[in-house]
Formats: sequence, C-alpha cells, structure tokens
Amino acid sequence: MTDRSEMFDKLKELIEPFNKKGVELSEATSFAGDLEWDSLTVMDFVAEVEDTFDIVITMNMQAEIENVGQLVDAVIKLTD
Amino acid sequence: MTDLFSKFDPLIEQRAALLSTGVTDPFSLVMEKVLSPTVAICNGRETILLGTYNYMGMTFDEDVIAAGKQAFDDFGAGTTGSRVLNGTFDPHKDVEAALREFYDMDHAMVFSTGYQANLGIISTIAGKGDYIILDIDSHASIYDGCKMGDAEIVAFRHNDIEALEKRLKRLPAEAGKLVVLEGVYSMMGDVAPLKEMVRISKEHGAMVLVDEAHSMGFIGQHGRGVAEEQGCIDDVDFIIGTFSKSVGTVGGFCVSNHPKFEILRLVCRPYVFTAALPPSVMASSATSVRKLMQGSNKRAHLWENSKTLHKGLRDLGFQLGTDEPQSAIIAVIMPDLERGAMMWEALLKEGLYVNLARPPATPAGMTLLRCSLCAEHTSEQVQDILGRFERAGKAVGII
Repeated sequence: MTDRSEMFDKLKELIEPFNKKGVELSEATSFAGDLEWDSLTVMDFVAEVEDTFDIVITMNMQAEIENVGQLVDAVIKLTD
Repeated sequence: MTDLFSKFDPLIEQRAALLSTGVTDPFSLVMEKVLSPTVAICNGRETILLGTYNYMGMTFDEDVIAAGKQAFDDFGAGTTGSRVLNGTFDPHKDVEAALREFYDMDHAMVFSTGYQANLGIISTIAGKGDYIILDIDSHASIYDGCKMGDAEIVAFRHNDIEALEKRLKRLPAEAGKLVVLEGVYSMMGDVAPLKEMVRISKEHGAMVLVDEAHSMGFIGQHGRGVAEEQGCIDDVDFIIGTFSKSVGTVGGFCVSNHPKFEILRLVCRPYVFTAALPPSVMASSATSVRKLMQGSNKRAHLWENSKTLHKGLRDLGFQLGTDEPQSAIIAVIMPDLERGAMMWEALLKEGLYVNLARPPATPAGMTLLRCSLCAEHTSEQVQDILGRFERAGKAVGII
C-alpha cells in the first residue's frame, strides 16, 4: 500500500516537465482546465505514468480522471 | 432553459472568424458537374480533382456503370430493408463473392459504408472485459466503434512498435484482446509497420484487425493492401475495407477466415438495423472489385504519379507529411488554419481541388492540404498540378 502523499509527490515530479504554465500543483488541479493540456500532451503524460509504474491506464479510466487527486487514487489502485 | 447548442459556440466562433477574412468556405464545395475521375466543374470553373480518394479512377469505368444500370432495370432502385430481412438481393451475394475472390478469404460481409463496417465489427467482437489496443491516430470510425462497445480501450503512440508491445505485456494474459491497425493512415499518408505489429500481437494472444481502406487495389501483389505487401496478411484476422475509394462506389466490408464469422450477420447491429445498399451500387461494386484484380498497369502509373508529385512539391519547398511517398496520399503541412484556408482557396481559384484537413481530424493539431492521386491523372496533369501549387504557394507566401 503506497502512501497517498508519497504518490502525490511522485506524480507531481512526472507532471512538472509537462507543466509549461508553471501552475502550482494540488490535488484539485485539473488537467484540462488548469494545466490546459491538449490530447497530445495527455497521451505523452499517460505513457510516462504507465511506463514509470508498469501499468495500463485505459481510455475508459482516463475519461474519469479530471484532476491530480483522481489520478493519485487511480494509480494507487492500479499498483496495489 | 439551457441551449443544447451552446457547446458548439467555440467552433461557431472559429468558423465565423475564418469566413470573416473573406475566404471561401472550404467545407461547402459543390461539384456542379463531374467530367471524369479527375476533372469536375466547381463554381463554373474546370477543376482538377486531387482530393477524392478515387485512386483507381473506377467511378467512370464503362463496365462498372453498365453493371449498375442493368441492376437498376433488373432489381429496382432500392432494397427498402435490412440485409437479414428483405434487403439481400442477388447482387449483394455476388459482391461478397467478388470480395472473397479478391482477398482469397473464406468470408465477406458487406455493410452500407466503411464507417459502419468498423463501427459494427469492432463494437460487436470486443465486449465487456475484453481489451481493444489501438493506434492513437486511428480513424474516427474506429474510435466510434470502441465507444459503442463495452471493451476497455488502450491507445498507443502512432506506429510505435515498442509502445504496442509494452501495453500488450501489461494486460491480463487471459483477457480477450483485439489490436486495431490501419494499413495506410489517411491524414499523413504513412504506412504502418504491420509485419512487426502483427507478429507481436499474435505473440501476446491478440486477434488483429487491419483497416485497409486506403490501400485496396494498388498496394500488395494482388492489391490486397499493406498486410499483403509486408507478407503478414495470413496472420490478420479481419480486414476492413471500403467501396468508396479505389472501388469507386459506396459501401464497406469485412473479410475474414474466422470459422465462426457468419454469426456476425445476426449479432452486429450496424449490419442488422440499417437498410442494405441499392442493388445498382452492389452490381457496380462487384464489377469494379473484379476489374481491380487485373489493374497492374494502372497501379504502376498511380505510383509514378505519387512519386512525381511528392518530389515536385518537396523541390518547390513545401513541407510534406512523409519523407518518401508511401501511398497515394501526400499531405502538405500548412503553418496554421488561416493560411491553410487561404492556400486551399488560392488552389481552387487555380482550378485545383485538394482536401483541407484540420484538428481534430489531424494529428498534433496540424492543418493539412491533403492530396490523393488517381491512376487516371495523366503525367501532364501532375505537372500542371505542380505549377498551380507553385503559383498559389507564392501568392499566399508559404513558399
């Protein structure tokens, strides 16, 4: 069982290279609204997360993930 | 009351802004007369067609037209019904026989469009708990087929063999898997590394579907597509194709050697719950498919056209979608939508029609002028096309 804040920190590290606007990251930060990611950026970022944790985040799951907190939950569940 | 149309406001504004520059609307062109597979009258002007996917020029083939006329007389104008009820006429069975001959496969099933073929096959064979693994640049009909079904969807980076393999490795070994690929990707005109991808998919226990819409008739020894060209067609479980490109009519199909394939006629909703194509279209299509089996001279000329146009455009200084011509599609990359629309209009005024493609249909948010060549374009027409591109490109300031 991964610690939640530990997972948040790990994901924050992965988000930073894609955080072109330098947005302050919290669990409420949304990918489309706050980070303004387009579909291409989302694909690159998802691939990065998948490779780091050796998981698959299906497009069905991605549709439910709107903010960083939801991503933290999803990755914890997938790596459990 | 919430106006359900407010979600379209950004697109309405973008269109209004584009049209306010005085540019002709690129999405409402009318062909007033069609003179041949390569020439039409648009806005009263004789126009060379370079964006119709009419790769083999079969739309005006005498035998194809004669077969359609005969079927009109013999079977009437329409079917007024589903393939599984009153909508299967002799020409429907005949075109499926022609497809089995063309692909040398056991089964063929004809849908009303290529879009419906992807929609129907993908949504029906991959169900709850199964996985569909697809290229991120897949056609809208593939994505819509995924959305309509209940499978889990996994995308991988365009044409990236390693990305596909990694994802297949991570999926549960026992789960049902369908890998969906395209022979030629229609936006950039690039070809998939099918041989490697099909091998890897099979190693991981996946079934493979390949959409060969843009390769039928001229890629591969028998014109069966990229999978044939790369020597892996025997390992492909399902090939999807269309009549609205090389065949020159309308309709879609799936061919397969799967022993249980025929059951799809009863369970595939986009096949069952729609009207069958008119018998004239089926008779024309059957004649065209059989003629495409002996089209090697035309094929060679199509390739020559593609190579000449690709080299000519590159020499003029245009940025192209592929380094080498890989298919009969050549994508010219525009700096942005506005200049893309200006260039499109300048070409139209020169008497040349190409497709303007823009996001979300295009990868990476690009604006493209997509050229698709025809075996009936003469070498002189191709030179003429290059001259028009040069004049328009200089007028708009792209080259």
